[in-house]
Amino acid sequence: MNSIYRQRRLVNAFNLFVSMLTVAFGLFWLAWILWTLVDNGLHAINLTIFMQSTPPPGSNGGLANAIFGSFLMTLIAVMIGTPVGILAGTYLAEYGRSGWLAPATRFINDILLSAPSIVIGLFVYAVYVANVKHFSGWAGACALSLIVIPVVLKTTENMLRLIPNSLREAAAALGAPRWKIITMITLRASRAGILTGILLAVARISGETAPLLFTSLNNQFWSSNLNNPMANLPVVIFQFAMSPYSDWQRLAWGGALLITVAVLIFNIIGRTLFGQKSPLQ
Amino acid sequence: MQAFGLGFLTSTAWDPVHEKFGALVPIYGTLVTSFIALLIGIPVSFGIALFLTELSPTWLKRPLGIAIELLAGIPSIIYGMWGLFVFAPIFADHVQPWLIKYIGQLAIIGPLFSGAPQGIGMLTAGIILAIMVIPFIASVMRDVFELVPSILKESAYGLGATTWEVVWRVVLPYTKVGVVGGILLGLGRALGETMAVTFVIGNSHQVYTSLLAPGNSIASALANEFTEAVGDLYAASLIELGLLLFLITVIVLALAKLLLLQLAKKEGTQT
Repeated sequence: MNSIYRQRRLVNAFNLFVSMLTVAFGLFWLAWILWTLVDNGLHAINLTIFMQSTPPPGSNGGLANAIFGSFLMTLIAVMIGTPVGILAGTYLAEYGRSGWLAPATRFINDILLSAPSIVIGLFVYAVYVANVKHFSGWAGACALSLIVIPVVLKTTENMLRLIPNSLREAAAALGAPRWKIITMITLRASRAGILTGILLAVARISGETAPLLFTSLNNQFWSSNLNNPMANLPVVIFQFAMSPYSDWQRLAWGGALLITVAVLIFNIIGRTLFGQKSPLQ
Repeated sequence: MQAFGLGFLTSTAWDPVHEKFGALVPIYGTLVTSFIALLIGIPVSFGIALFLTELSPTWLKRPLGIAIELLAGIPSIIYGMWGLFVFAPIFADHVQPWLIKYIGQLAIIGPLFSGAPQGIGMLTAGIILAIMVIPFIASVMRDVFELVPSILKESAYGLGATTWEVVWRVVLPYTKVGVVGGILLGLGRALGETMAVTFVIGNSHQVYTSLLAPGNSIASALANEFTEAVGDLYAASLIELGLLLFLITVIVLALAKLLLLQLAKKEGTQT
C-alpha cells in the first residue's frame, strides 16, 4: 500500500515538474527570438532607416519606402475589411439566430480565419493580378483585406453576443426600432471589443508576407502609386535576408525588429484593452 | 492543370526546363514537417495547458498566458529569419553531429538521421513549426480544460487523486474531443505555414529519407518559385499545388471545427 502511494506521488511530482519545464521551454523560445532581434536589429536602426529608400547592395539606405508601403496597404486593407467584417458580424449576432445562412457563414468564416495566407495571395493573384497583368499595391491591399475580414467578423460577433439580452429588451420596450437598438445600444456597448478585433487584425496583417509576394511584389524606389508594384516591409525583409550582402541583411534585421515591436505592441494593447481573454478564442 | 491528371500527385519530377511537374515532393515535405511539428508540439502544449489551468498561481496565469499568445503573434517571417541565421547554425554545429553520430547508427530510425549536418532541412523546419503551433494548441487546450466542471475535478480530488491523476483520468477524457480539435487547428496552421518554412527547408525537389536533408513544402515551393514562374504550364502547376494545399487545410480545419462544435454541444446539454 505504501509503495503504491509513494509511486503515485512520484509520478505526480515528475509529471508536474515536466509540465513546468514545458512552460519554461515555450518562454525560452520567446525570449531567445526577441533577444536575437534586439541584438541584431538595434544597431541597424537609426534615423536613415526612416528617411531613405532601400539601397542597392553596398551603399547606405533605409527602409522608408517599405515602411510607407506597408503602412499604406495596411490602412487600405483595414478600410476595406473593417466595415465588411463589422456589418457581417452584426448580422450574425443580431439577425442570425435562426435559419441556415448564419451557421453556414460562420463555418466558412472560421475556415477563412485560419486558411493559409499564401492561398489567399494565390487567389488574389489569379483573380486580379493575372487579369490586369501587373503586380500592384491595390492587389496587396485586397489580399490583406481578405485576411482582415474574418478576424473582425469573428470578434464583432463574439462581442455582440456578450451584450445581455435584457439591454436589447429594455431598448425595445422603450419603443426603439431594431436598427436603432443595434446602432445606439449594442454596437456602442461592444465598442472596446470591436476595436480590439481591429487591432488584432492590424497586428496580423502587418507581419504577413506570403500573400504580398504574389500581389504587390516589391519596389526598390519610393512609390505612392497604388497601381504599381509597391515596396513593403515583410517582402523587403524576405529578399534582403535571403541575399548574400551583409548590409542588406543588417537592414533586414532592422526591419524585422520594427515589425515585431509594432506587432507586439498592437497585440498587447488589444489584449489589455479587452482585459480577460482574447475575443478570438 | 489538366495536363498531368492524377499522375501529378505521385510524380517526383520537377523540371521547369522540360516542363515536367509532379507534386509528390512538396506534399511529402509538407506532411513530414507538420508531423514533426505535432510530435514536438502536442506534449509541450499539453504541459503548458496543464500548468496554466492546474498549477499556476493566479497572479502568474495572465502574464504567462499573454506571453504564450505573444509567441503566436510574432510574424512568421521573423521565425524564418531567426531560424536561418541563429537556430540553424547552432543546430548544425551542436545538435546534428550528435544525432548523426548516435541515432544515425540505429537500425530502423537510423536512416532518418544520417547525412551531412547542414543546419537547414526538414527537421529544422519541423522544429520551428513546432514552436509556432505550440501557442495555438496550448490556448485551445487551456480553454477546453477550463470548461471541465469543477465539481468533477473536486470529487476526484476528494477521492484522494493526485493532480496528475485528475488531469490524466478526469480532465483529459472529458475534453478529448476538444483537444483533438485543437491539435487539428494546429495542424492546419503548420500545413499552411509559408515564410518560416521557406527560409529553412532548403528548397530541393528530391525525396531524401534523411530528415536532415533539405526538402520542400507546398507553401514554400509557391513562395520561392511563383514570381519567377515562366510559361503557363509552370504557373498552372504551382497554382494546382496551391489548390491541393487549400483542399488539405480545408479538410483538416473543417474536421477541427466539427469536433469543437460537438464539445460545445455536449457542454450545452450538461449544464
